[in-house]
Amino acid sequence: MDKMTFETAIKELEEITSSLEAGQLSLDESMKLYERGVKLSAFCSSELEKAQLKIRQLSDITPEQENEE
Amino acid sequence: MAEKRVLTVTQLNMYVKSLLESSVYLNEIYITGEISNFTDHYKTGHMYMSLKDDGGLIKAVMFRQYASKLGFRPQSGMKVVCRGKVSLYERDGQYQLYITAMRPQGMGELAVAYEQLKSKLENEGLFDSSLKRPIPKIPKRIAVITSPTGAAVQDIMNILSRRFPIAEVIMCPVQVQGEAAAPQMIDALKRVNALNCADVIIIGRGGGSIEDLWAFNDEQLARTVRASNIPVISAVGHETDFTICDFTADLRAPTPSGAAELAVPESAEIIRKLKNVNISLYNSLVRLYRQKQLMLRAIMNKQCMANPLFYAQQRSQTVDMLTHRLGAAYANTLSQSKERFAATAANLESLSPMKVLLRGYSVVYKDGGAVVRSSQLAPNDKITLKMCDGEVNAVVE
Repeated sequence: MDKMTFETAIKELEEITSSLEAGQLSLDESMKLYERGVKLSAFCSSELEKAQLKIRQLSDITPEQENEE
Repeated sequence: MAEKRVLTVTQLNMYVKSLLESSVYLNEIYITGEISNFTDHYKTGHMYMSLKDDGGLIKAVMFRQYASKLGFRPQSGMKVVCRGKVSLYERDGQYQLYITAMRPQGMGELAVAYEQLKSKLENEGLFDSSLKRPIPKIPKRIAVITSPTGAAVQDIMNILSRRFPIAEVIMCPVQVQGEAAAPQMIDALKRVNALNCADVIIIGRGGGSIEDLWAFNDEQLARTVRASNIPVISAVGHETDFTICDFTADLRAPTPSGAAELAVPESAEIIRKLKNVNISLYNSLVRLYRQKQLMLRAIMNKQCMANPLFYAQQRSQTVDMLTHRLGAAYANTLSQSKERFAATAANLESLSPMKVLLRGYSVVYKDGGAVVRSSQLAPNDKITLKMCDGEVNAVVE
């Protein structure tokens, strides 16, 4: 989960939930997805719990910084 | 005609003009009336009109240096209050009012300006809801364009911190009233868009009078808000305050606090939802397992799986039956053949010449051949008589 962000994690979690609910997958795939889903869910919860609001000034932002995003 | 002193027209006009201008009162008067015959010459910027009421009419002019300061557009039919000076325009002998200030009667100048700009932009379609972009549900970065001092920014930060601290705030400090406010806010909006450093923008300020909030009615600012590629939430003043920016923004919040609440989801709620997600993931998996189990059970319950011998037994029974039928059929055929043979043999037997002989008949042979007609015989022929118990030789008489 190194490059994972809250937003990407929650998006993937939504997709996994839909897939599993549709019930069209093989037993093996379902098990794998379930495990991944539980991992993502735990990640999101912990991110939310430990987060602190970061405030940056507009004047401090340079074009190169944002292009990295 | 007894002539007194004879004046020229110019002299008369000059005299009347000086008379008028000598009146202190007429040098600055306030007058109310309805505008009619309004024209403005765009080249010169001067405005020409008449002011009238039920009893009369006076010509008036407002020169550019004063007219350019107007915050609204005068129109024929508008009732106004004017400050001005009365004098005479010598060229045409016209006595007129030189207007130095004007405001709409009844509604404030600002209110009229607001209504005019609102109509103008609305007719251009800038308020159309089809143009409004949805606010991202989970924004990563939130740009806040507001005064760095005051309660509004505090409220916004507090709410963002409490509800969704995972997001990052890009603070854009600006003046929110006064002449510099609108240009600064336009600049901040453009900069945030150029850097693309936010997923949503909150622009606004705390409550105040219509003059305090006036910067948010600036035409350029309203257009820049509409043109922003990043969704904008407008949060100006109190719930009952409406500014032009509120209409061109993608979403209007009643207050700055309201904006913070609209911009982000609540962490506590997300954590609650995540718990539910865990449960529903588990349930989905269990459901899938059960489904597969039922499938397997159904297959195992089929005859061929539950009782595999049964199939063979059925087949075996068929073999037995067929064998039995085969045997029966053969026996049948055999006895039928026997019967047929017996019948045929009996038939044959009954046709046997021996039987005839036994009944007393004899067969006559002559020279080895059988004789069946008496005409075949002549006297003295040597014949042989075959009888049932032997042969007898004889001679025909």
